[in-house]
Order: sequence, then C-alpha cells, then structure tokens
Amino acid sequence: MTLESVLAIAGMIAVTYAIRAGGLFLADRLPETGFVAAWLKQVPGAVLAALVAPGVVAGGVAEWCAAVATALAFIATRSLLPSMAAGIAVVWVVRQLT
Amino acid sequence: MNTPILTPVGPAAALRRGIIEVLPLAASIAAYGLLWGVLAGQKGLSLIEVMAMSSLVFAGASQFVVLDLWRPDDLPVVAIILSTFVVNLRMLLMAATLKPLMVGVPKPLAYAAVFLVTDESWGLTMGAQNGGRRVRLAYLVGAGLTCWSFWQVATVTGRLLGALIDDPARYGLDFVFTATFLALLFGMWKGKADFVPWLTGAGVAIVVARLVPGNFYILAGGIVGSLAGAAADLWRQKRRGTA
Repeated sequence: MTLESVLAIAGMIAVTYAIRAGGLFLADRLPETGFVAAWLKQVPGAVLAALVAPGVVAGGVAEWCAAVATALAFIATRSLLPSMAAGIAVVWVVRQLT
Repeated sequence: MNTPILTPVGPAAALRRGIIEVLPLAASIAAYGLLWGVLAGQKGLSLIEVMAMSSLVFAGASQFVVLDLWRPDDLPVVAIILSTFVVNLRMLLMAATLKPLMVGVPKPLAYAAVFLVTDESWGLTMGAQNGGRRVRLAYLVGAGLTCWSFWQVATVTGRLLGALIDDPARYGLDFVFTATFLALLFGMWKGKADFVPWLTGAGVAIVVARLVPGNFYILAGGIVGSLAGAAADLWRQKRRGTA
C-alpha cells in the first residue's frame, strides 16, 4: 500500500461517513410537516428512478426487455427475488439471440 | 415482507426480520461484489486495499466509479475523493429520511447504525414502512450487517479469483445492479401519485446523464423528482381542501 492509496482510501472513508452522518444530523433538524416533510417522503422513489433510468435508456433491446420483465414479474409476484431473477434471465436470453 | 405486522415487534425479532428479508438483495450484492473484486484486481488494487475500501467505505456505486480512476503508479487522490463525495451524496437524502426509525434511539447508536445505510438496506427499510408499518432501527441494522458481510466476502473472493471470470457481461451479470434497483423501486409503489416523482426523476436523470459527465444525474434526478412529487402532493391536498 503506497502513501497515495492510503490517503485516497482514508479520504473515501471520511467523506462517505460524513455524508451518512450528515443526513442523520439534518434529519433531527427538519420540520415534520409542510413542504419539507412532503418532499422527504418523495425522495426514495425519485432517487431510485434517477439511479436506474439512464442505464436502462442507454442500454439496448436486451435492457429494455429486461426492465419490462422486471416490472411484470414484480406485479405478478410482489417480491424482490423473482423480479430481479426475471430481469437478469431476460438480459441473458436476449443477448444470446441478438 | 408481505405479511403486515400489527403487534409491536421487539428489537431481536426486527433484527432477524431485517436479516431474512434482505437476503435476495444480498444475493445481488454478492454478484456485483464479485464483479467489483475482479475489476479491482485488473486495476491493480492489492488485497489489503480491497478489504480496507469494502469494509470501511462500504458504498458499492462509489467503489465502481473509483476503479475507473485508479492508476497505482500515479494515483489521482483528489479526483478519487471528490468522485466518491459526488456519487455518495445521495445517501445524505437517504439518511435524512430515517428519522422515524431513530425515535428513542441513543445518539451514539444512531450514528453507528447510519454507517450501514446503503441503497439496498435503506430501500428495503423504506419499502417495509409502506402501509404505515412502524419499522425499528434493528430492522435496518440486520439488513445492513447482512449486506456488509456479503459485500466483504464477495469483493475479497472476486479479488482472489481474478482472471477466472473473463467477461461478466456475457452472463448478464452487469444487469444485476439495474435489476436490483428496479425491483426496489417497484417495491415502493403506493399508487398513481408515484408517477410524478418517478417519471420526473427518471427524465431529469436521463437528460443530465447525457449533458454532464460523472454521476451528478443521480442527485439531480433525485432532487428535482422529489420536489415535483412534493409539489404535486401539496397541490392535490389543497384542491381537496377547497373542493
């Protein structure tokens, strides 16, 4: 381990924990009603949608089919594992075909 | 996960429940942890560096991004720390939504538990809160510790196996990440009102990902999408109030 890599990893550790702790620190000081409260409730879905959307759109037919398969499997089973498995299986199958 | 709890649950039961319900997600963490370990080896990270990063940073997305920048002979230390900050900034919003779990929890315990917040442990916990169920901090801790353990074993295994897995995309493993977050997202579905934040967040993220290099799109989509959702929410409330 070089000095640079120790510094880089130590820096990653510090900023990442500071972000997690900072969110908790903020949570104690945010109001529980009104716009901010309504806003925080919407954060989870919006963050996850933002996380996945560019990858799905930039992907090809395999990724689009797989995203639809994941959605359909979730509607049918209401549980995580079959939905994930359906998505991965469809990506694999479509890539074999194309 | 589908059986609602009506009676109060003790911490031990909540911990166990978190461990069990996160297992499907932990399996996907193992898959892309393995992938990350393999890539880390190709990029010249030593086993000790892999273990230090996985155990103490414990944030998969940022660890993937950093691999892009990693050059052992000329390490861009500042760029690595800055990218980590940008990619992980979404966890500020995530941790801020955990307040209901922290009621009556001692401060030191709360600040230790928040280390275990990841996309998966947090997403599962938010999903479990659906339908007004009260979720204990122990649930998040059980889920988080499980994710942490799987991440350590998988990244170290990947680093040690190295060259055995030549092309992960051939097996569809690169889609594991997307499939996981899609499934988590669908698990949060409460009704048609969710279309506003989801589609706005997705749309903004797609545009920003095209225009701005790096991972700012997660934060941009998350902030604009949630603001749009909140605005729509308050507008509906107001309309109901005056009608």
